[in-house]
Amino acid sequence: MGKKQVKLMQGNEACAEAAIVAGARFFAGYPITPATEIAETLAKLLPQNGGTFIQMEDEIASMAAVIGASIGGVKSMTATSGPGFTLKQENLGYAAMIEIPCVIVNVQRGGPSTGLPTLPAQMDVMQARWGTHGDHPIVVLSPSTVYEFYILTIKAFNFAEMLRTPVIILSDAIVGHLREKVVLPDPSEIEIVNRKKTDVSPEKFLPFKADEDGVPPFANYGEGYRYHMTSNNHDESGAPATNNHKVADALLRRLHNKVEKRRSEIIITDEIMMDDAEVAVFAYGCTARSAFSAVEITREQGIKLGLIKTQTLWPFPYEAIKKYANQVKAIIVPEMNMGQLVGEVERVACKDTKVTPLNKFDGRMITPEEIISTVKEVI
Amino acid sequence: MSKFNFIINKKWCKTCKICVDFCPKNVLFLDENNKVEVRNIDDCTGCMMCEYRCPDYAIKVEVNE
Amino acid sequence: MAVHVQEYLRLDKMPHIWCPGCGTGIVDGALVRAIGNLGYNRDNVMVITGIGCSARSNAILDFNTFQTTHGRALSFATGFKLARPEMKVIVITGDGDGSGIGGNHLIHTARRNIDITTILINNSIYGMTGGQYSPLTPTGSFATTAPYGTVEDTFDVCKLVEAAGATYVARSTAYHVTLLEQLITSALEHKGFSFVEAITQCPIGYGRRNKMKTPTEMLKWQKDHAVNIKAASRLSEEQLEGKFLIGEFVVKNKAEYTEKYNKLKEEAKKEGDFNGKI
Repeated sequence: MGKKQVKLMQGNEACAEAAIVAGARFFAGYPITPATEIAETLAKLLPQNGGTFIQMEDEIASMAAVIGASIGGVKSMTATSGPGFTLKQENLGYAAMIEIPCVIVNVQRGGPSTGLPTLPAQMDVMQARWGTHGDHPIVVLSPSTVYEFYILTIKAFNFAEMLRTPVIILSDAIVGHLREKVVLPDPSEIEIVNRKKTDVSPEKFLPFKADEDGVPPFANYGEGYRYHMTSNNHDESGAPATNNHKVADALLRRLHNKVEKRRSEIIITDEIMMDDAEVAVFAYGCTARSAFSAVEITREQGIKLGLIKTQTLWPFPYEAIKKYANQVKAIIVPEMNMGQLVGEVERVACKDTKVTPLNKFDGRMITPEEIISTVKEVI
Repeated sequence: MSKFNFIINKKWCKTCKICVDFCPKNVLFLDENNKVEVRNIDDCTGCMMCEYRCPDYAIKVEVNE
Repeated sequence: MAVHVQEYLRLDKMPHIWCPGCGTGIVDGALVRAIGNLGYNRDNVMVITGIGCSARSNAILDFNTFQTTHGRALSFATGFKLARPEMKVIVITGDGDGSGIGGNHLIHTARRNIDITTILINNSIYGMTGGQYSPLTPTGSFATTAPYGTVEDTFDVCKLVEAAGATYVARSTAYHVTLLEQLITSALEHKGFSFVEAITQCPIGYGRRNKMKTPTEMLKWQKDHAVNIKAASRLSEEQLEGKFLIGEFVVKNKAEYTEKYNKLKEEAKKEGDFNGKI
């Protein structure tokens, strides 16, 4: 039995410490509220642990440096918020295309544009899914507590390494700046995943020849594997194949399938008081905190409210929604945006139950009371 | 026998004529397909400019031992 | 043993995709001979590019290679170099890629004096997209996006990187290919950020729109307009009018970034390890 650690931690600090535990040894970033504490913490911790921190000239360069370091074989991450997340999109797509693992934290604030720099929002859910151009695969996680921010940061690195793909953590100004008690597992008991390495000789190595799981084994540059990578459509050898329809079809299918194949490993949802629920709340991020309180309060009032809380936003947990769509009278979807994931809930549940959005986008959290009054409207 | 040996790769030559125009000894000419061809090999001084300025890596000049 | 470029090519990727008479191949040839003559182990050489004609260089070169997004090669290279400081990192960029969309990264990579050798292939135009004017297209020149001649001024990219802190700065041309190889050799051997601008010709995208119909005419233009910096001091301002300098502009010693950061790591470790360390 390992030693658990009890700590009072801020969300952003938890993320930074978890990154070290996950094996991250490179961070490149640019100052932006409300994500800066992640950079500040790692500027101190990384060199202490043999890693490298660099503050780049802009958000674009930060994303580029992170991918460059990961190409060099070092687990790498960056952290940003709204406008910075927008600037990172092109290189994020590059990482998806050349299959380089990395972790991008977006501590969400209100938008559009510079919007509400210090206030929370959940407005980047669709941008995280579709922000970079081209029909790319992506994994997006969202914590609702400081503990979850810690654990999800480790999982983000594990998923990125396992799938050779960028993983996004969508936190928000609430979870990022919140200080709360956490009971952390002993680091020696935490599962750490590293990208699989090729076992073929340099002469036979094809950098984009995938195994059955759709993930190509990695070869470190400098070890005799003198291969080429380009984000142009490319064949297994890494050579550009910009007019080859067959190669283009196979590549994009593989990029998506490697994530889809691992859905059950990636999707983390909690079903709270759902067994006998007559109404469900579907929530994520800081909003899940209010939703949980709403369940506790309404249960005392005799209202059978349950919570489907998801820590994985993409791939979207359609299965969990489908499971309860026939059981409940309504699914309430509170979000700090004008309605983003509610559309996904409707896609699977609209035939079987009523889907009711609850939206707030003024920089204030959705309160348990607001959720409860919506519950009372639908029952 | 010339002191130099030219290896010309006509498949790579893109007919830009840089090698011909800057050869100080008029060693090189264009063939009927406008690809580089060696004619006056005995005049070659081995300055290497044709190889170095060939954008297509179609010329290799070796010194005969 | 003389070094021939052909021995450093991915033969299955040849012939390359550049237009007839393009200068990119000439510059890459000089780079390859410099590497070969220095005797570097090619497994230890990383060549990174961005987007454009220059960026197609590394696909055919048998080193460790990857092509990145437009203008960002130096930022990717910074990350890579910090991860793998033992490797020789070279960036090949162009006038649009390096001085336009990537201009900010050029400034700051030079400022950090990180040990990356940058070759900026300046062909005065955006060639890959078909001949649009770049920040380094001479004022008054014609381009597909400057049908009446460009009204914009250019700038001296060597002076820019010098001001930013580059510790090795030099320029040559495709015509002056021997000098180019010498300068690239010095740049590769220099510890810190080294920068070589190579003035080249784009006969298709630039030359034929600007009264230089053949690659030969463009190389002659380079010959006629380049003045070696060693000779420049003997020439009057009038004689230098319309000319550009070639040669070594900056050579200085300054602490290199990865070495400085490694020292910082040693200091930080003394402060005590983080208790979450695995």
